[in-house]
Amino acid sequence: MDETQALEIARQFISSLPHARALGMSVVRIGPGRATFSMPYDERLIGDPETGVMSGGAVSALLDTTCGAAVMSHPEMAGLTATLDLRIDYMRPAVPGQALRAEAECTHVTRSVAFVRARALDDDDDNPVATAAGAFTFTKREDMA
Amino acid sequence: MSPHRPPEPVQVIKQRRDAALQALVSAVPYIGFLGLHFDRRGDELTAVMPFDEKLIGNPELPALHGGATAAFLEVTAVIGLAWAHYWPQFESGVLDPEAVAGGQLPRLPKTIGITVDYLRSGLPRDAYARAEVTRSGRRYASVRVEAWQDNRTRPIAQATAHFRMPLPPRDTPQGEGAA
Repeated sequence: MDETQALEIARQFISSLPHARALGMSVVRIGPGRATFSMPYDERLIGDPETGVMSGGAVSALLDTTCGAAVMSHPEMAGLTATLDLRIDYMRPAVPGQALRAEAECTHVTRSVAFVRARALDDDDDNPVATAAGAFTFTKREDMA
Repeated sequence: MSPHRPPEPVQVIKQRRDAALQALVSAVPYIGFLGLHFDRRGDELTAVMPFDEKLIGNPELPALHGGATAAFLEVTAVIGLAWAHYWPQFESGVLDPEAVAGGQLPRLPKTIGITVDYLRSGLPRDAYARAEVTRSGRRYASVRVEAWQDNRTRPIAQATAHFRMPLPPRDTPQGEGAA
């Protein structure tokens, strides 16, 4: 599968998720075992009315979706995935007005579990807004040599 | 708090508490986006996330999006913590619900980290959550929060979150805060 094909599949995947669509998420890059998604700044997603900073909940949703996509794009993946656990550390508030981008990567997969790490960034690439570590359900393809 | 003062009429108390809660909740746009509301019994809050198509993650199952569940838990934790934190100030009149509704918002706790455990698939129906402040200090606080749907004893997800508490305003005599 070439890159544009993978990207197209990922676009269809994300647009089929109502919650991802409601948050305005889009695919930036995909696979294998990696995903980068972005989410525009949106005043409806503000969590701190005083500063206009987006809610941690929206950041969590972006990280969770991106991690899930990284798992789905893993070459040994057969089937669908669900989050088992997700830990998120918030390093700093996202700058109001800037889009958020999440980069996720499967660090290890077993027959039944995928381990994923991710970070969320605004325009400042060197200082993540948040990092995440999660475990997702995984179904390993049996036809793999 | 004078023992000689007669107790306030129940409607006055209810109105003040509901107004305080409403002021706190309606100030956060994301709570409206998720469509959440909070039921209050005394100082106990139950967050309700009425089912909505836009909360769906996997349309084939269909199941709630893990991100929506995480957001629900986190918002419930933030509001639960803020509510517990500011309750004494609303009760004593230091914080006026009307002023808060008018834009003079008390600062909200900031999330340092949250760990969400997904226990069961979230079904396409209403979800409920309750937060419990397990540790409340001047600078940091920890909250445990649990979400369920049909059965209170079968939670769909739980989370532990840590927060940085807002610094008390410098110019009020209650500076050390009602911790």
